[in-house]
Amino acid sequence: MPSETRTVAQSLAQLTLFSDLTQPQLEEVAHTVGEEMFAEGQRVLRQGMTGGGFFIIVDGAAQVVIAGEERVRLGRGDFFGEIAALTGGPPTADVVAITLLRCLTVPGPELEAFLLDHPRVMFRMLQAEARRLETANLWLR
Amino acid sequence: MAALERPFPPGTYDVVVVGSGPGGLQSAYCLGRVAISRYAVLSRDDSPGGMFRRFPVFERLISWTKPRAPFERDTREYEWYDHNSLLGDEPAHRGLVPSFMDRTFDLPAREEMEAGLRSYVDRAGIVIRYGCVLESVARDGDELVLSTSDGEYRCRAAIFALGVTEPWRPELKGVDLARHYADTGRAADYDGKSVVIIGKRNSGFEVAQGLLPWARQITLVSPRPVQTAVLALSALRVRYLHPYDEYVRGGSGTYVLDAAIDRIERADGGLRVHAEGTTWEGKVELEADEVIVATGFRTPLEPLADLDVATVADGRIPAQTPFWESVSAPGIYFAGNATQGSPGMSKHGGSASSSSVNGFRYNARVLVDHLARTHFGIEPQRQRVALADVVPFLLAELARAPELWIQKGYLARVLTLNGNGSVDEGIQPLAHFVDSAGPVGVAAAVEVAADGAIVPVVYLRQNGRVEEHALPVHPLREFNGPEQGAALEAVLRPLLR
Repeated sequence: MPSETRTVAQSLAQLTLFSDLTQPQLEEVAHTVGEEMFAEGQRVLRQGMTGGGFFIIVDGAAQVVIAGEERVRLGRGDFFGEIAALTGGPPTADVVAITLLRCLTVPGPELEAFLLDHPRVMFRMLQAEARRLETANLWLR
Repeated sequence: MAALERPFPPGTYDVVVVGSGPGGLQSAYCLGRVAISRYAVLSRDDSPGGMFRRFPVFERLISWTKPRAPFERDTREYEWYDHNSLLGDEPAHRGLVPSFMDRTFDLPAREEMEAGLRSYVDRAGIVIRYGCVLESVARDGDELVLSTSDGEYRCRAAIFALGVTEPWRPELKGVDLARHYADTGRAADYDGKSVVIIGKRNSGFEVAQGLLPWARQITLVSPRPVQTAVLALSALRVRYLHPYDEYVRGGSGTYVLDAAIDRIERADGGLRVHAEGTTWEGKVELEADEVIVATGFRTPLEPLADLDVATVADGRIPAQTPFWESVSAPGIYFAGNATQGSPGMSKHGGSASSSSVNGFRYNARVLVDHLARTHFGIEPQRQRVALADVVPFLLAELARAPELWIQKGYLARVLTLNGNGSVDEGIQPLAHFVDSAGPVGVAAAVEVAADGAIVPVVYLRQNGRVEEHALPVHPLREFNGPEQGAALEAVLRPLLR
């Protein structure tokens, strides 16, 4: 992965979240989102701390940790940080890179405007959240 | 007559610095003042200054230096007012850029900046091996092997201050028909011409502004809309927003367009740019005598190709840890403009000032301390702070520390505490303090909140947990007032008993 040559626009084109966008729209998004990489073991999202962003994994894997305990693993195409960014509260979990991790990012305060500017992305995000709820409901039954 | 001997011959060193721009110079200065005696500084150039030997094209910086301030130029506090001089431990090495300014603006001209850097090298006695070109870097066990035009250098850690100065062109059909910003040339050469500028960030607007008195028509085009709210607070605003202002007010001859470029081609003795709207539907063909791609620069990482140095931003910038080490290639450190590849916590989307001298000069100093400690077991001398003095000490830092005020939410003043007293652990990356287990301690930072307010924040680390406490703000930003003191006292009370 380090000698990655894909552009941000090419990375976006491979993610479900952006699958409804035209090429010019993808390029506009590529200029809007940031790109960050984390070394293995680095913290990406911090439980209880304000000001976190929204992250979409492009390459690598991460673990969601609550009170020191791993709850779930995340990989390519998964996203996190949106709950805290949308509710304005601090994240309720840590997210830690367990491999070299490449993410696209939108700062928390910019997420609302980003979603309003890209309603097809908002719909895809809502769909993913609905699936998460469905899974959670199955667990509760 | 014997030929002058060049310093730092090929051989084995503890640390090698590559580059003689401000990032390389600051690293070299700091290395000379810690107990790492075997270090070398190499540069392919023949004089110091890095990018400031050539850029910016229109000769005026966008970062301020206030020749007059409430503090003398040779003080630490003055650094807050002078965003261009490098840092000195001794007063004679501080605040050198303003002495070269003719004071037409509070922004130095390129040559004034270059003169300031040259004088820093002379006064501080920084030694550099010029004309030494880095060709490749390889690993041999624990050592790094730097192959150069002068021979082989071996070291345990290397600091690459290579700049972000290699013209970067997007993958685009016909892009070779366009000039890069770096090759803009003289404004007078655009007399009466129609110019398309691809890019709407610093360099795009700088070129547009420079050509306003000459060109017949100017069109700035790129996929993303101009971020007026961001620009209003950016360094760019200081000089270059005029072209955008003309467009927004319906002035003729200047256009700012949100469109993705499809291709550039030759047409009717000139050039034609085909583009498709991103925030509007439709296509457009732009006729131009000249096309300039102002799409920015990249770090020249070719010599590091064998080490798998991971990059971000379409391959432009090396991705780094909070201590500016490559996330994928251990022992490879960066200084200077490239340290923007270590974004820190980016709380509320706030960004550090690591892409300009004012911010990265501090990164270099923190990095050299970190290298000394982690690679060579050299502990810096730390001052003890009596428990009774902890609150006033932190308040003074929150009110005046240039590191905290310039690298907001990125660098922090750290103290460790135990029953007997407290130790000043110096300036550290905030992300490092927050994410690493360590002794009981407190970090003080100045941050930008979600609503844009500048806020003093302290982080308390104990029992493996870190808590964040925002302190009260002040309309004149006097963060050492009684209200802040009482709040900080309350946060620290359990530890200061």
